[in-house]
This record gives sequence, structure tokens and C-alpha cells, in this order.
Amino acid sequence: MNVLIYLVPMALALGLTGLAAFLWSLRNGQYDDIEGAALRILGDDDVSG
Amino acid sequence: MTETLDLGTFVQHRDGTAHMDLAVEGVACAACVHKIEGSLLGLPGVVAARLNFTNRRLAVEWREDEVAAVDLITALERIGYRAHPFQPDSAETEEARTTRFLTKCLAVAGFAAMNIMLLSVSVWSGATDMPQETRDFFHWLSALIALPAAAYAGQPFFQSAWRAIRTRQLNMDVPISLGVLLALGMSLVETATHSQHAYFDSAVMLLFFLLCGRALDHVMRRKTRAVAGNLAALKAEFAHRLDGAELVRVPAAAVKVGDRLLVRPGDRVPADGVVLNGNSEIDESLVTGETARRTIMASAMIHAGSVNFSGTLTMRVTAAGSGTLIDEVERLLENAVAAKSRYVRLADRAARLYAPVVHATAALTLTGWLAAGASVHDAIVTAIAVLIITCPCALALAIPAVQIVASGALFRAGVILNAGDAIERLSEVDTIVFDKTGTLTLPEPRVANAAEIDPDLLQRAARLALSSRHPLAAAVAKEAFERKPFEGATEVPGQGVRAMIDGTEARLGSLAFCGIDGRDAIEVGTSIIAFRHGERSAVLSVRQALRHDARETATALRAMGLELIILSGDRTEAVAPIAAALDIAAWRGGLKPAEKIAVIDELKAQGRRVLMVGDGLNDAPALAAAHVSLSPISATDIAQAQADAVFLSERLAPVRDTLVLARRARRLMQENLWLAVIYNAVAVPVAILGFVTPLIAAAAMSGSSILVTLNALRARLPAQSTGARAP
Repeated sequence: MNVLIYLVPMALALGLTGLAAFLWSLRNGQYDDIEGAALRILGDDDVSG
Repeated sequence: MTETLDLGTFVQHRDGTAHMDLAVEGVACAACVHKIEGSLLGLPGVVAARLNFTNRRLAVEWREDEVAAVDLITALERIGYRAHPFQPDSAETEEARTTRFLTKCLAVAGFAAMNIMLLSVSVWSGATDMPQETRDFFHWLSALIALPAAAYAGQPFFQSAWRAIRTRQLNMDVPISLGVLLALGMSLVETATHSQHAYFDSAVMLLFFLLCGRALDHVMRRKTRAVAGNLAALKAEFAHRLDGAELVRVPAAAVKVGDRLLVRPGDRVPADGVVLNGNSEIDESLVTGETARRTIMASAMIHAGSVNFSGTLTMRVTAAGSGTLIDEVERLLENAVAAKSRYVRLADRAARLYAPVVHATAALTLTGWLAAGASVHDAIVTAIAVLIITCPCALALAIPAVQIVASGALFRAGVILNAGDAIERLSEVDTIVFDKTGTLTLPEPRVANAAEIDPDLLQRAARLALSSRHPLAAAVAKEAFERKPFEGATEVPGQGVRAMIDGTEARLGSLAFCGIDGRDAIEVGTSIIAFRHGERSAVLSVRQALRHDARETATALRAMGLELIILSGDRTEAVAPIAAALDIAAWRGGLKPAEKIAVIDELKAQGRRVLMVGDGLNDAPALAAAHVSLSPISATDIAQAQADAVFLSERLAPVRDTLVLARRARRLMQENLWLAVIYNAVAVPVAILGFVTPLIAAAAMSGSSILVTLNALRARLPAQSTGARAP
């Protein structure tokens, strides 16, 4: 059962990373325009910008 | 006189650059996004332009020394988009903040629920052969995740429960908070005493499910608010302010008391005030419901929302003085709002019944087990298990889930809800009071005898009317299929408009202007406008027309068992034909705002639940006094602020759709409550007998929540009855 000593903290750390990433994206306004994001990918002049 | 446009109130300044938000009309596809952003970024001085496709808003930043705010709007107009400067109101900003906070809570609860469940599943599946140390280690780990997560994610519930308790009330959040706290506390004690069962997973999962419901509710509300905000920006009008001899075009919202304004024929009066000079006739149908025009001259009071008909007026903006209509309306409004009893929501009523029963059951379980000779520890654990299993997850989701689905369906049908409990109140309605002008009739007058006129002649008159600013011409212009004005049309002030069509002169205007004999107005509320093209001529009568589907809707509403009443501020002769056309026997005309309230109070005293549908300034107090109220989108701002919901359509069908949907939603809410009760009736005896393990608690909780959510999905309108679509 010694394997738990490092597996459990690792699992928690991974989970917390996911949570932190979500909170960051929320703060960053990634979910403010969900429909627009789906359409922007269709534009082809983004490369220059 | 040249005129400059002042958008100062909408522009925010941040270190060297200016920022403005615009609501844009006509954004429909991916290409629009690039076209709009590209055209603005192409202008010199524009630093950033970003269009939010979800709420159709454009944020622009630019350097003010290089380009002016007005140029941005003209640039958009050139490529075919109308943009309206826009300022988010405080309610919308607040809603956005709440939604964001709830989403964060949801993320935290979701993370915690997943990780704890991972540990719990290990404990459950290895319950028999897991060493006690490992189990304790897993429980402590669960506690480490659950306690901070619940402290953060539980805030919306704890705060609301605390507010309720402080005012000696009970709401659904009280049993929720109690259940969560007891589950966590007991689990902590059990973990410390090396017991087999801990309920950390149930507590956090409960929070997760409830937060899902709440977050979705707010996302839906935020969406409707954004649309309502855009519509307000689209509707916002401009005023012509006289600064000395200079004329400045300013948003009506920026007009202050004391400003001198110019009101041209065809303009809407932008604010309340007193006429300084000029003579004219004004149409006050949006203010008083009166369709006949009023002649005004210097020193007359005029109200925001009236339409200036014939002459140019100069006015001074005043605050409401005593004795004026606006003052009376505000006073009545204050009384009506104060007298309005707070509606107790279905959920809160359920909570008031539910909480005492549950807590009494838990107490009985405790004493029962003690009397049966169980140890104090076992008795307490069983009692708390009862509280956990009855923790109102399904009950708390039963109503919001229906609410979300129903308000989404209403939104798609073109009805925007202002009040959260409007659906419940709408479902109880048994009497509908309609205003006439602008509610049963279309907000703008139409050509009444269009069918009797040669279509070819009518089209020419309508296209000629496009060149005139006169309100009567505007009504004629609505008949035009092809919205292309004739070239070289000139307007003769106070008389009409003329142009050369196919080499012959055509005239649209007063009877004398067109050289036709006849009386000016045949009946009250009807105006005459004449058209002559060479030898051919027509006399068009313009008046308020019924909404196209008013008759069918009235019949359908009666078929639903509702009683219909018309209360109008317009004179009796104008109301009678409308009432007759709709087959409504109970009608009254010539009512003042106070008299409308009196009638509604009388109906309320008879125990009726009244839905008031109205749009005018004079309807505002009645809208506030009624059990629930609806306004068309063309209503005055004061009326819309009082209405519980606003409908967008030119048709009257949304009134019926709203009621059908509200009744269906109500039925589903009750069904859901019964489902929750049945769930408890099954689960509680199991809990009382002490058979509940954390596994059973978790399964029962998710099962019942999913059941009520699936049932709520049925709250959509059947496809054939949906009315107009939201933009």
C-alpha cells in the first residue's frame, strides 16, 4: 500500500491543476462568447492578425 | 442648421484610449464577425474591435485624437449594420457577477465530488478486506477535500439560509445547509472514531447537483437580460438639444432637467417638459391611451413618448411637477408597489411544509432508537442519516429545473421574463385586463381602408410617403413592398410631399394639397391623408388597427376559461368598436390611471387573479397593482419596468403562449414535488430502520435528482403553438 503515498497526492495535484485551469479560463473570458468562438474558426484571415 | 452628434455619455476613457460598447443589429453569420471587426480595424486609430456573437455586442477601443465615436457608427452603417451605443445596466452587471461566482462554486464542487467519489468507491468496493488504516486514510483525505470545498461552494446556500433565518423565515436553503453541515460534522466524528461510514461524498455531491440547477438558471436569466438590454439600446432615441444657437444630437438618456430641446414633426418627445414656443398637434396614445390628437401651444406640458405631428416645438425639460400626469402616475405607482403583497413562491411554501416534517422525523428517529435501547452514538448516526437522505436535493431541483426549461421556451417564443416568480403567478391567472391602445391595437397607426384602394395606386402613395417625416405618412409608408423612395421628392412643410412619377406630378398630403374636396376627419381617432397622381386619386384613412391575430387570440383565451376585460384611457366611442370586434362584453373607456387601479382592486377583492396587459404610461400603476403583468416591447419605459414579462411580437399570440406555458410549467412543478415526496416516502423508512449506507445515500440522491430534471424537460411548448421567434 506504500504506492498510495505518492499516487494519491499525484491524483490530487492533477485534479487541482484541472480546476486551476478552468478557473483561469473563466477569469480570462473564454466562456463569454461560446457561439462566436465556433464561428471564428471558419474565418481564414486570422493568420495575418 | 447643422447638427453634431454627442456620444459622450457612452464613451469611457482609459489611459489615452476611448472605449465604447455597441449593440449591433443584423449580425447573423460567421462572415459578419469578420466583416464588422475588419472594417473597424481598417480605420486609422482603432486599437481593438471585438464582436461578441453570443450577445451581439461590439467592444471598440480607439485613440480619440485620430477618429471620433460617430465615425465608427457611420463606418458600420456603410457596410449595412446599425449599431447603437450601449451601456450595460446595473442589473445586468450584477447578474453577470452572480453567474461567474456560481460557475466557480460549481467547478470547485465538481472537482471535490469527483475526487471524493474516487476514494469512496474504493472504500465501498473494498469494504470487507480493506485494512482499517487505509480506510481511515481515505476518509481523512476525503475530509481534507470536502471541508474547504463545501466551505467555498456552499456559500450561496449558507448565505441565503442565514438571511432567511435572520428574518425568521424558512426557505429551501435552510434544510439544505443543515443537511450538508450535519453530514460533514458527523462524517468527521465517524472518521475520528475509525468508523466504517462517512458521508463526505453525499454532502459534496448534493452541493454539486444543486449548483448545476442554480448556475443554469442564472445563465438563462443572463441571456434574456442581454437581449432585453440590446432591445433597449435599439429603442433608445435621440434628442436635439439647443446649446445656445448650436444644435447637438444627444441620446435621450443624457438629457437633463433644464435642457432646451427641439422637437421636429414626426419626432417622439424625448423627455417630459414644457413647451417654450411653437404650435403643434401631438399624439399621446402611448401616454394616455387617447387616440385623438391634442393641440398644444406655448406653456403646455408634454410627456415623453408623445409623437409630435405638425409643427416644430422648442421645449424645456422639467422635473415632474405636482398636478401633472407623470406626477400622478408616480404617486399611484408608489402606492401600488407598497400595497403589493409579497408572493410566496411554490418552493418556499414547500420548504415551510417540508422542513418541520423532516426535522421532526429525525428527532423521532433519535428518541425511538434510544427508547428501543440502542446506544446514543447509533441513535444519533441513524437520525443524521435520515436528515441526509431527506436532504431536499430532488425537492430543491424540482422547481428551478422546470423554471429553466420554461423560461427558455418562453424566450424562444419571444417573451422575456423580468420577474423570477412570474411563471408561477401567470399560471394562476383567471382574468385578463387589456389596455386598448398599443396593446390590442398595433402601436403605430395603419391605413385602415388599404383593401379598398387600387393596389398599384397604394404602392405609389406608399413609396412617395417614404420621403416624408410626417407620422401619417409613416403609416402609409408601411404599406410599401419596395422600400425605395422616388427621386426628387420634396416635402412642403405642413401640407405634404410631391414628386414626379413617370412624368406626371404626384402629391401625398392634406385634402387641399391634393385638390380633393371632402371633410377632414369622418370619425374620432381617424385621420385622412390624400394621394393624387395625375387624374387618379385616393383618400386613405389612417387609424389604430387591431393586432392581426387579436380576434383568434381573444377566442382562444376565452376557450381556456379566462375572462377578458378592456380598460382603456381612450374615449368610449373609440373603445366600443374594438370591444365589439373582439366580442368582449366587459369594457370601459375614458379611465384615468387611478380608475384603472380601482377596477383591478375590485377584481382582486372578488378573489380574482388578474393579468394586466398594457403599454402606456397611464397603465404603469395598473401593471404594478395586478397579480401579474405583461407589456409589448413598444411600451413606455415606465410600463416595461413594472411588467413581469415583455413580449416582442407584433401579434397578440404571445399572451396565449405565455399562459399555456406557465400552466404547463406549474403542473410539472407540482408533479416534480410529488415525485420528490414519493422518493422520500420510500427512502425515509429505510433510513429510520438504520439500513442506509453512504452507497445507498449517494445512489438515491442522484437517482431522484435525475428523475425530476428529466420530468422538467417536458416543460417545452408543443411545436405548433410557438409564436414569434426571438431575434
